[in-house]
Amino acid sequence: MADLRINLAGIESPNPFWLASAPPTNSGYQVQRAFDAGWGGAVWKTLGEPIINVTSRFAALHYGGQRVLGFNNIELITDRPLDVNLKEMAETKKLFPKHTLIASLMVEHKREAWHEIVKQVEAIGVDGLELNFGCPHGMAERGMGSAVGQHPDLIRQQVEWVKEVAQTPVIVKLTPNITDIRFTARAASQGGADAISMINTINSLIGVDLDRWLPIPHVDGKGAHGGYCGPAVKPIALNMVAECARDPLVGIPISGIGGISTWRDAVEFLLMGATGVQVCTAAMHHGFRIVEDMIDGLNQYLEQKGIASVMDIVGKAVHTYSDWGNLNLNYKVVARIHEETCINCNKCHIACEDTSHQCIDIIKDQATGKERLVVREEDCVGCNLCSIVCPVEGTIEMVEIPTGEPPLTWNQRQAALASGGATE
Amino acid sequence: MSVHTDERRHLFEEATPPLKPKEALDEANRCLYCYDAPCIKACPTSIDIPSFIKKIATGNLFGSARTIMEANPVGASCARVCPTEELCEGACVLNHASKPIMIGLLQRHATDWAIRNQAALFQPGEKNGKTVAIVGAGPAGISAARELARLGYDVTVYEAKEKAGGLNTYGIVSFRLPQEVSLWEVEQVASLGVRFLTNTRVGVDVQPEELLQNYDAVLLAVGMGNVPQLGIEGEELEGVLDAITLVEETKNGPLREDFIGKKVAVIGAGNTAIDAATCSKRLGADQVQILYRRTEKEMTAYPFEYEFAKQDGVEFRWLVAPKRIIGTDGRVTGIELTRMKLGEADEKGRRRPEPISGSEYVVEVDFVVKAIGQERLLPLIESFGIGHSKGVISIDPTTYRTTHPRIYAAGDVIFGGGGVDAMVVDAANHGKRAAHAIHAALVEKTARESD
Repeated sequence: MADLRINLAGIESPNPFWLASAPPTNSGYQVQRAFDAGWGGAVWKTLGEPIINVTSRFAALHYGGQRVLGFNNIELITDRPLDVNLKEMAETKKLFPKHTLIASLMVEHKREAWHEIVKQVEAIGVDGLELNFGCPHGMAERGMGSAVGQHPDLIRQQVEWVKEVAQTPVIVKLTPNITDIRFTARAASQGGADAISMINTINSLIGVDLDRWLPIPHVDGKGAHGGYCGPAVKPIALNMVAECARDPLVGIPISGIGGISTWRDAVEFLLMGATGVQVCTAAMHHGFRIVEDMIDGLNQYLEQKGIASVMDIVGKAVHTYSDWGNLNLNYKVVARIHEETCINCNKCHIACEDTSHQCIDIIKDQATGKERLVVREEDCVGCNLCSIVCPVEGTIEMVEIPTGEPPLTWNQRQAALASGGATE
Repeated sequence: MSVHTDERRHLFEEATPPLKPKEALDEANRCLYCYDAPCIKACPTSIDIPSFIKKIATGNLFGSARTIMEANPVGASCARVCPTEELCEGACVLNHASKPIMIGLLQRHATDWAIRNQAALFQPGEKNGKTVAIVGAGPAGISAARELARLGYDVTVYEAKEKAGGLNTYGIVSFRLPQEVSLWEVEQVASLGVRFLTNTRVGVDVQPEELLQNYDAVLLAVGMGNVPQLGIEGEELEGVLDAITLVEETKNGPLREDFIGKKVAVIGAGNTAIDAATCSKRLGADQVQILYRRTEKEMTAYPFEYEFAKQDGVEFRWLVAPKRIIGTDGRVTGIELTRMKLGEADEKGRRRPEPISGSEYVVEVDFVVKAIGQERLLPLIESFGIGHSKGVISIDPTTYRTTHPRIYAAGDVIFGGGGVDAMVVDAANHGKRAAHAIHAALVEKTARESD
């Protein structure tokens, strides 16, 4: 068994799988069930001034027969009194001393309010704090959550206030509802945050009822934007994690969140710089038991690669993530269609013909009458579209064609042109 | 179906193709991953089916195979021979909404991966100094051996035949269950340090007393014997065969030539009868008919087996019983049959067949294959001096203990029989549970002794 323990900015956890601050971590009963199922940690549903929730809170995007590709919610932070939450958190930590318990916090923009709540939750023995600067609905209208998370200076200031009293590591949870998340990540870092977590949910409207002309979900005839999460947001989250991981001005560990449903997703986040991951939608779809295969699959992956500890893969792919201007213009791949597994659906042909570079021909064999799909490699730009639409995995392979040219990036090319221009 | 000798080997290769990679992935993703799933409850060995399917979907094939084999040490064989439509697939909730998940084929997909990749799924437990002898290396025996080895026991399995695996190795036609699948399961158990003493007959090469002397516990998992005599005239003629032996021959050594172009009658309509009939067809027989004294409704063969045989061109004759076998120069030339009718129901609720007098007629056949069940291994059971009822060993159903405090029993020897065939998966479950019962007893004993 590989060593699955992680250390995120001094917070130790038996494995990298935490439940994110969300409905699954609303109570001691739930978090204790999760720990029993194998989750390494949990970020308790955000504490703050108790709020009132509406009914009808969730909606999901189903697509092509697959349920819950995306998920949206308008539930707010905890609606239970602080003392009840604190009592259950203390009890949970006592029952599961080795598991990681993080308190998610959101209070109004006041130094005293932050000091007060930090002291209260640390008194019951949490392993760390997560400041919720991400919640995009409801709380933002009251100047909290993503309303803070969209202003680097507010983030910096509130983190500083928290750090004045915090004894445990402070994680800042960031909103993706911003043009460039690195600015808020840097602000958290400058404020003294020990780590950042991302992404919180994305502003969304799941759908509209075609017969009643109402938003989905609606509350008594009216809807409001919710927070979008689930498998559909993974690429957005992964990019934000990778961008922060490679930004030297951020420079603190990252807890990855956003559509993580399997051990494979988790490995991707770890490789792109996350030290651990947080999960919500997948657990809401299938229950806490999904963590069993996450742990098992991760362990098998590490064992098969001969890697002793999960910490050894953290950030290993970050250096391969760069800017467009650093990509080699002289690298060329083309599509190869493996006829033995091709089922002649012709989807590659029509995708290429209508929407890409018109280089996949349908050629009829005069003798047999059978049709073959053939790539005209000289016209193929290597866009991958055909291999993306191909329904049979592995049938269209993108093969590297050596160009014989030395690597040349756009930036190098422009630099060369500029210096060439200077000598002329 | 007429076949040439050179084509026949191909006919004994596995008939059902494996799922294609995309097919397996699509199907795995179709599984709802039910909580407290009915498929698990329908599986005698309680395989966590949603979990192994989820692992296929996430690309964790190792974990998937381990989940299967953990619950069922003969899970690769069961993927092929289980009557899934009556078990897991029959219980699938999607029966009500769409169509059930192909659980058997997905199970095969995962275990095939383990076979191909020679994955070592389990490790032996730390030695606890205790020893167990298992008599019989069939599904029950090897399941028990696997569990006991993982619990740290020193396990020796005594097997009369040349290879271990029992029914899975010898008794199920290779086009449903290739022998190498069963032998892989045996190898998985052997790799945990279990000793297999094959070609070793208990009662002949080693005596029951020696086992009791040399081991802390003995598990009898001896299964069943040969097909019994029909008790009719002409049974000694050349051309009268035993279905089990016939099937066994096709799995070991060259295919017999003498069926080519011949007429074969199979007596009985259980799964072994079907196997014998389809084997006969594939051996080249021109005409194969199954003769059964009851009707389609009462036969014990699974519906998919029946369908398979019909696809192979096997003919079914209902309500006929053999009266005598006719021969010339010591060889079978025909069989005389009596027409039957169904009378009152017996104690098991099956209507009793009764002969219609004067209805006798003769059918020309070259071979008569007997498939009317299997004999109990009475002398062997009695040599252990334990209680039994007509060869069914009496056990305490919770402890699998026989009337002797250190002898346990599992598999077909404790299966009471009746209207249905005992399933491989039941035997695996018995073996597994007996192993844990032995462990509980021996651990208890140790605890008492150390008090």
